Amino acid sequence: MNNLDKWDWDTGIKQVADLSAWQEQFSYIEEFRASPDGESVAAIVKNEEMEFTVCRQDFGNDEPETWENGYDKVWNLRFGPDGRLSALVSDVGEWTVCTDDEAWENGYDFVWNMTIAPQDGTVAVSTQKELAYCAVNNDVPWQNSFSRLTDMVISPDAKNTAAVVETIPVLEGEIFKFRKGCYSVAVNGTPWKENFMNAWDPVFSANSSSVAATVRTSYKDYYIAVDGKTWNTSFDSAWAPLFSPAGNSVTAPVKKDGKWYLAKDGDLIWNTPYAQLWHHIYSADGKRIAAIVAPEFGKWTISVDNAPWQVTFSEYVSDPVFSPDGTSVACVFKEKGKWGIAVDGKVWKDRFDMAYPPVFSNDGMSVAAKVEMGGFYHYVLNGEILDSRYKSVEPPLFSHDSSKIMIRGLQLNDWKRDVVAINRRRI
Amino acid sequence: MTESNTVTPVKEIDDKGILKGVEQLTPEKIESTILQVLKDETGAKLKVYVDTCVHCAMCSEGCHFFLSMDRDPKYSPAAKVKQTLWEIIKKKGKVSPEFIKNAAVVAFTQCNLCKRCAMYCPFGIDIAYVISVMRRICHKLGVVPLYIQDTAHSHSVSMNQMWVKDDEWIDTLMWQEEEAQEDIENLRIPLDKEGADIFYSVIGPEPKFRAQLIYQAAVIMNAAGENWTMPSMPGWDNSDMCMYIGDYEMMERLKKEHFECAANLRAKRIVMGECGHAFRSVYDMGNRALGWRMPPVEVVHAIEYYNELFENKKIKIKHKFDRPVTLHDPCNIVRGRGLHEMSRNVVRATCETFIEMTPNREHNYCCSAGGGVINCGPPFKNARVASGKEKAQQLLAAKAKGAEVVIAPCHNCHGGLEDIIHSFGVDMELKFLGDIIYEILDLPEKEE
Repeated sequence: MNNLDKWDWDTGIKQVADLSAWQEQFSYIEEFRASPDGESVAAIVKNEEMEFTVCRQDFGNDEPETWENGYDKVWNLRFGPDGRLSALVSDVGEWTVCTDDEAWENGYDFVWNMTIAPQDGTVAVSTQKELAYCAVNNDVPWQNSFSRLTDMVISPDAKNTAAVVETIPVLEGEIFKFRKGCYSVAVNGTPWKENFMNAWDPVFSANSSSVAATVRTSYKDYYIAVDGKTWNTSFDSAWAPLFSPAGNSVTAPVKKDGKWYLAKDGDLIWNTPYAQLWHHIYSADGKRIAAIVAPEFGKWTISVDNAPWQVTFSEYVSDPVFSPDGTSVACVFKEKGKWGIAVDGKVWKDRFDMAYPPVFSNDGMSVAAKVEMGGFYHYVLNGEILDSRYKSVEPPLFSHDSSKIMIRGLQLNDWKRDVVAINRRRI
Repeated sequence: MTESNTVTPVKEIDDKGILKGVEQLTPEKIESTILQVLKDETGAKLKVYVDTCVHCAMCSEGCHFFLSMDRDPKYSPAAKVKQTLWEIIKKKGKVSPEFIKNAAVVAFTQCNLCKRCAMYCPFGIDIAYVISVMRRICHKLGVVPLYIQDTAHSHSVSMNQMWVKDDEWIDTLMWQEEEAQEDIENLRIPLDKEGADIFYSVIGPEPKFRAQLIYQAAVIMNAAGENWTMPSMPGWDNSDMCMYIGDYEMMERLKKEHFECAANLRAKRIVMGECGHAFRSVYDMGNRALGWRMPPVEVVHAIEYYNELFENKKIKIKHKFDRPVTLHDPCNIVRGRGLHEMSRNVVRATCETFIEMTPNREHNYCCSAGGGVINCGPPFKNARVASGKEKAQQLLAAKAKGAEVVIAPCHNCHGGLEDIIHSFGVDMELKFLGDIIYEILDLPEKEE
């Protein structure tokens, strides 16, 4: 829901905050976070009473503003897409969520896995109170709780949450009870009717109406379950499923006879045997699929619609992403201890100490990534390293019309927001 | 010596995981499972090992079970293969449930997969691999000792070996952070810090039973001025009992979670605590099962990390540890990685008096706990401890030379050596390298 086109996209630098003033004011400062529009910066600090709290400075304000409330503990500070600032806070042993200095009404013995919906900034968390576990969405807890809860996710419409839950409490040592199946997936607190030996990686469909997960019914039978019903075919193993953005079909990497394939609704759709296949992604229209694959042991690349790139990498491939129009794919790779970016099988010339997920412009004509070199962070745009270097920097953001890029980062003691026109586009 | 050196006969075992598992077997299920594993998962490697062995019994001298059990031939590594895979291959999988019961006991509780015997074999046959194949068959048959099976179930549910829930993990880190702040003001255990130089990973028992080790690591990291982090999410546990029961599909899931946890946080490298079996999983078996030739994020064992701290003078000590120490070389990081000289560098940098135990380095005796044997629990404890008789003698010899403290940079070794020290009246203190470093670390005085 971020209003990309409403932000200030005039080229030039805005000095958001002089952080040396923060360092004088606070004895304790954690990592800085920038708002999506780059106009604000915030961090967890200790106030004069030596309580943990949050400090924020917005562009145009000379002074940072500290939350009025202090806590015994604050962690997981993050901006939502709407610029609101949320964190998990604890006071006298009770935990809750605090957004813009306003705590939720409900408190818990612990809260974690804070998930902020990209659509509207809704905050969901996993909670535990008196050893009862449930998910809480926007301060509304599930009506049912469980003896164990993992893998909580929020739906695309931000109205639903799902998680893997222990439906039949199983004590340590009860291995035969365990084998009968004590786990399932709960959606908004209601578990599927079916229990499994294990369940992992629940995911919502694009319309938020269905949930799929990987399940195991015995040590050797792995399935994908959709709304509790397993595929007809079991596999030796399976990784996380995904719904197609167009329709309700489900795909997942599956292992059969020691090799990995991509299956759709139980049938193999990529028949090439891979040494590994995982983290598949869809193009926005659902017509194309890309995945990280190892065509053979120790060789990694990207396969698009089951056509692997020619180039392979020996150490690691991650973060595949489609261009908005679905014609290109970019990823991060690691080779000989250094990190790099590849787009459509072409490798950018420079290597880095670290590379972060590449980002496409709306028109697909530009790709940028945050990288680290010699202890400083830079942006690489279409294969060229931009001059400016930062002590800390947020991921790149393109303007709606793809003509500019916004850099949000820390130089010396200044938190800056820099909008730069793009001169060179990728071919 | 106060402990009997007898082994519980297989017929007397009291392990429901094995006994009840065997009850559910049929000859058909046994045969089809064995043939599937042999046909699809072993290939030339197993065949070469089995065909090459000339039954010379030179491996016997390499096995602490054999030596501790008064050289009883049935504990010879070759005899353990004879009681398991040879018979299975000879009979083409047509073996009885009773045979599987016996084979499970041998494979899970009478071999630590320590690989010492491979050095004594004239052909270098990796008998630990052969025993692992037997464990894989047992896993697929559902015949696994109850305690280690339960641990593997914990891994599958919680991604850690001790059923530690997500909130308990984070709460423990925050608790240890608060404790450490008693030593050092504003000390942090930074959670989920992106782009850190070090992702520090531990094994499940640390938050459950040995939380002070996390505290100590935090103090050491802080003293060294490290840019480090620990994850709040699953993936923090580097341990892997699924590897030892032969549930390789779960081993793969665990290692994927671990490496991706570090990679997603953009950590430069993983520094792991003092654990041996976890190192085997992240540096050899787990990563390779997933298709990575080497770990995708550099893995640095605590020994390597401590050595680096002293070589680069990143920490200062007040004085050296003044009690005489000896050093136990854990199998997985010495025979598996060759870290023995590095661990000696750290001992010499931290301790006044170092007395070698004999044999040492890659020839050191296993603690009898490794390879998942200690994780098979109380039903097999007496037999496990009895198999540590040779180790007890080795410790007593070091003690006779003046050693008072045993340094063992591995969690499983600690468990095994504690039992041996207690049962055989060895009366030596046991420490991790991190205990020693923390104890002598020169920390700035905290302002009141």
